[in-house]
Amino acid sequence: MNYKPVIGLEVHVELKTKSKMFCGCKTEYFGEKPNSNTCPVCLGLPGALPVPNKKAIEWCIMIGLALNCEITQFSKFDRKNYFYPDLAKGYQISQYDKPFCQKGFIELSNGKSIGITRVHMEEDTAKLTHQGESSLIDFNRSGVPLVEIVTEPDFESPEEVIEYLKKLQQIVRYLNVSDADMEKGNMRLEPNISLRKNTTNTTNKQILPSYKVEVKNINSFRFVDKSIEFEIKRQTEILNDGKTPVQETRGWDENKQKTVSQRIKEEAQDYRYFPEPDIPPIRLPETQISNLKSRMPELPSLKFARFKKSLELSDYDAEILIRDNEVSNYFEEAVNIGRTQEINPKQIANIMINKKINIKNITPKELIKNIIGSKQTNAIDEKKLKEIISQILKDNVKAVTDYKSGKIQVIGFLIGKVKQHFPKGDTNQIKSALEKQLK
Amino acid sequence: MKIDIAHVAKLANLFLKPEEEKKFEEQLNQTLDYVKRLEEIDTKNVEPTSQVTGLENVTREDKILPALSQNEALSNTKSQQNGSFIVKTILAE
Amino acid sequence: MKLNELTIKQAREGLKSKKFSSVELTKTCLEQIKKHNPSLNAFITITEKEAIDQAKAADNLSSQGDALRSWEAKPLLGIPIALKDLFSTKGIKTTAGSKVLENYVPEYDAAVVKKLKDAGAVIIGKTNLDAWAHGSSGENSDFGPTKNPWNKEFVPGGSSSGSAVSVSSDMCLAATGTDTGGSIRLPASFNNLVGLKPTYGSVSRYGIIAMASSLDSIGHFTKTVEDSALFFNITAGKDSMDATTLPNPTEDFTKNINKGIKELKIGVPKEFISTDLDKEVKEKFEQSLQTLENLGAKIVPVSLPYTEYGIAAYYIIQPSEVSSNLARYDGVRFGNDRSNFGDEAKRRIMLGTFTLSSGYYDAYYKKAMQVRTLIKKDFDIAFEKVDALISPVSATLPWKIGEKINDSLKMYLSDSLTVTTSIAGIPSLSVPAGFSDNNLPIGIQIMGKQLSENLLFQIGNAFEKETNYFKQKPNL
Repeated sequence: MNYKPVIGLEVHVELKTKSKMFCGCKTEYFGEKPNSNTCPVCLGLPGALPVPNKKAIEWCIMIGLALNCEITQFSKFDRKNYFYPDLAKGYQISQYDKPFCQKGFIELSNGKSIGITRVHMEEDTAKLTHQGESSLIDFNRSGVPLVEIVTEPDFESPEEVIEYLKKLQQIVRYLNVSDADMEKGNMRLEPNISLRKNTTNTTNKQILPSYKVEVKNINSFRFVDKSIEFEIKRQTEILNDGKTPVQETRGWDENKQKTVSQRIKEEAQDYRYFPEPDIPPIRLPETQISNLKSRMPELPSLKFARFKKSLELSDYDAEILIRDNEVSNYFEEAVNIGRTQEINPKQIANIMINKKINIKNITPKELIKNIIGSKQTNAIDEKKLKEIISQILKDNVKAVTDYKSGKIQVIGFLIGKVKQHFPKGDTNQIKSALEKQLK
Repeated sequence: MKIDIAHVAKLANLFLKPEEEKKFEEQLNQTLDYVKRLEEIDTKNVEPTSQVTGLENVTREDKILPALSQNEALSNTKSQQNGSFIVKTILAE
Repeated sequence: MKLNELTIKQAREGLKSKKFSSVELTKTCLEQIKKHNPSLNAFITITEKEAIDQAKAADNLSSQGDALRSWEAKPLLGIPIALKDLFSTKGIKTTAGSKVLENYVPEYDAAVVKKLKDAGAVIIGKTNLDAWAHGSSGENSDFGPTKNPWNKEFVPGGSSSGSAVSVSSDMCLAATGTDTGGSIRLPASFNNLVGLKPTYGSVSRYGIIAMASSLDSIGHFTKTVEDSALFFNITAGKDSMDATTLPNPTEDFTKNINKGIKELKIGVPKEFISTDLDKEVKEKFEQSLQTLENLGAKIVPVSLPYTEYGIAAYYIIQPSEVSSNLARYDGVRFGNDRSNFGDEAKRRIMLGTFTLSSGYYDAYYKKAMQVRTLIKKDFDIAFEKVDALISPVSATLPWKIGEKINDSLKMYLSDSLTVTTSIAGIPSLSVPAGFSDNNLPIGIQIMGKQLSENLLFQIGNAFEKETNYFKQKPNL
């Protein structure tokens, strides 16, 4: 293939504040009857007015800080005007030219830095369900706070996209601002994909392709690379034909496993953005931003570095333990308790990872207790063990011969015999000692 | 600046009959000709004003307030189905 | 004097001293409505049953044990008032004067409606208006034009036409309105009433059908300045449901109303009177200046250089916001579909859509917002020299019904003297200033800087006590 993918990402994250972005309706409405979680504001009734949710703004800024963004000191909301049945007011309150956060970056494992163009706040639309010739509208979701995170078109492969999404998901879960679950719809993704000629001058990012295709309706991680791969293939064929792919929005069809053209818009939507007159501007002094920074929990990348350095964990162990914020917090609690009982972090990591400990079923304190307990079973006196093994080997000549001729599984039988003398004995210790004496 | 009435009506989700288009085009062009006089003013370094109160940072606490009941939310619609509003599907998807 | 002809102050005294009951007062208002509304068309909805119930409740409350506390806590107890049909009233049809909402019944009360109810007011009905507040004459309603009780061949002014007429024809003792470019002040001056356009943000807009969000000011009509101050005491204040409301006032607006105006500097903007003022308007205005000087004020000429660009800036900013605010009317959740918009609404929606559209935003909307800064600055500079400003409200006398309706630009220009105060967000009080030779009311407006309503009441009250124009009634 002589084309290189140029991919940018637009991700929407639904915040799990208690109330909606501009009104006091709940954000948790799962399972409730349609249109039973609305008010004049989110239903767009005549005369209703929006008042922004302070916590949502703070969380948006935290996401921006976690993505190394510059925080706009004087920002505002804007109206994005368009007509669609799921848009109660006929406009969405969003942010246009002064988003809360701009110009950030995030590093991938391959050393590449992905540019974060902007992170801003907006409100969710209602839910539309198509039913043949008509559509049903449920406004329970209308007005839920959304944070939109837009990247530069810096991705060059589906793998990079997936790694970014996982990192973003992890950050947002660490901050505890969203469940970021793609299947549940609280993290939504729209890649825009195009291809450019794979020239030797790969650093010249200025020359972008003349078109881009936006893909919607990707609802899970497993479809991310499928859909991107499909699109890359589709566009390659068109380009190889000497034509240019149409600039459009396509939808991922799960059943057909392909992207499908949605209506081609003859003209780009004119959103007629203008500053939202119903909401005064937001001024964020440096002190407030520092305050927010100090309230943020430790982010995954920093925790990873710390686990490696101070707790001397391997890359592998550290990566697994930081995946989930609850697990990493649990681990650290266990480490702190273990410290007073001479149990080191490595031991705890081993148990948690290898024994696949379910942290919901056992407290850190109990876990440490168990480790100590099993350590005590370790304390088989080496000398005594040697004596017993010698005796058992003498009494089980056939087994020894079998083992020495290659039937190494016989060792299990021998371990059983030894264990009869040391019922609490650690199997591994016994095994190593046997292997030694069988040499 | 002459107004493209068909385009603007579409953008405004208004459907005009051909006679209406002509009538409105005339009237709107007249108004636009009048408001054009703002071009006379030098606004080179003038900041636009979009808010006159001088207020900033008006927000609300993240608290839940009582919602309308389903009946109240639906009370003014002409067509609903099992609690959802109904609308004719648009060709978009 | 008949009960419905009383001022709020007089009615309250009568109710307190048990000269009459709220039910009696309300009934005389309802009789007046029955008699004259068919020819004046001030009301879209008359809430007779609810009003009588509220009046009964008021009478009960004021005869119970702690009656004194009720009188203190409820400044409008038992007083019949009307609401412009832009104000959402729970359970009562709210139409915005438009076929689009002809059957719309809100499920909630506007913040101001709640305040007025809590103050004990008896709500007698929803008044007629230019549809969506688009108009300066009262002729643009989808439910028929409202007539001027001083002469039914003439317009009452708009857009709060029905509210003005309901008070000037003594159908009630006060009525609410909205003023976005002059929609309270103009009908007040055409009806011999006191009309307050308060500081933008001083009264909550929550629940009031929006016209232009950065310009809509929520005000009211009364017969006297003191009534106006009493009413403003109730409506003014911060509202958690409206992010553009200013902090709660710290004063009682009736307190300093009799302070007089000695040594106050009142400015006359030369651009407001160098326009083609009708001869009689000019005459009455100059008489008013003389009256104010006699009362001790100093009249100072000032200049507001960007006045001539007010209409142009206003008719870009306002339709832009209108086009966005009216986007929610699609007939799905409520109301009828967009084909039910009248011509003027369609015009303003399209004008605003155009001025915000790609390629034109900078030349129109952004430019207008910059001119807004300049207009505001004009006032800031003037208020460094003077305490208040004064001018006519309308350059012309009330015009005949039908005279301007086919020329929208001509209609827009009726707002020439009122739009710049709206653009700057400052308050203005329109007070009666006399009558033309053919007995049509003429008003003047007193403008002040942000949150200076107490000063406006002070000046207006001094002028009113000296002139007593409010005592004259139309010949119905």
